[in-house]
Amino acid sequence: MEMIGKEMEVKTNEPKSSACEQKPEHDRIRLEMDSLSKNEEFARVVIAVFMSRMNPTLEEMDDVKTAISEAVTNAIIHGYGNQVGTVYIEAEICGEELTVSISDQGVGIQNLKKAMEPMYTSDESGERSGMGFSFMEAFMDSLEVESQPGKGTTVRMKKRIGG
Amino acid sequence: MNQNTFSYEARGQVLVIHLPKELDHHNCRNLRYETDLLLSENYVSRIIFDFSRTEFMDSSGIGVLLNRYKQMAGSGGSVAIYGVGSQVHRILTVGGLSRLVPCFESKEAALTD
Repeated sequence: MEMIGKEMEVKTNEPKSSACEQKPEHDRIRLEMDSLSKNEEFARVVIAVFMSRMNPTLEEMDDVKTAISEAVTNAIIHGYGNQVGTVYIEAEICGEELTVSISDQGVGIQNLKKAMEPMYTSDESGERSGMGFSFMEAFMDSLEVESQPGKGTTVRMKKRIGG
Repeated sequence: MNQNTFSYEARGQVLVIHLPKELDHHNCRNLRYETDLLLSENYVSRIIFDFSRTEFMDSSGIGVLLNRYKQMAGSGGSVAIYGVGSQVHRILTVGGLSRLVPCFESKEAALTD
């Protein structure tokens, strides 16, 4: 693929202190990429391949891919407002639990409660459904969002696989 | 046929839109412009979305479908879909679209309804 190398960087198993680190089933990747819409597919495929070592069902894999797609799309459209910035993705396997964090250093969310309401969108074109956060909640076991206006947003999602 | 682009098929007043393999924000970008152009130049009373090539869809796809549905409903027209696989079916259900848009097994069934 043309995009590899120039726009992406994949790091594996960087040292980090975590309660899970000592366990043999612990595993972690970090990915940094330009906030280009063509990278949305790349991001969900990378995470799908990473989680495949957990022997997920097809449905679990689709659920995670959907949630990743929603979070990365938000970072690109809302975080960076379609300007080019960097999207940071971290995924961690801890036993049967997958944790994925997606961060941007974009504009942040002024009113997080409102942004997370189902069907709410700040987009005025009529093409956005406003279901991004609802989908992340529906397809993952847990969702945490941290956002600071002017600093950026981090979305952290967990899902138990095959448990 | 390019897997990442839309293709359009006109059948009288029916417009069939063949959707790409991955229906996400990236691939949805051109759809609005292209269908608006087609709808302004042709009289279309029914839009049928073909999902038979589509393996992945997220809420961007829901946004597009919802917008077309509102547009057609506003002018007395209709929207239908066919060829839905398991991932797309889940997204349509969670997104509430399966209550609004009828889903058919084949293009022929969607055309003759």
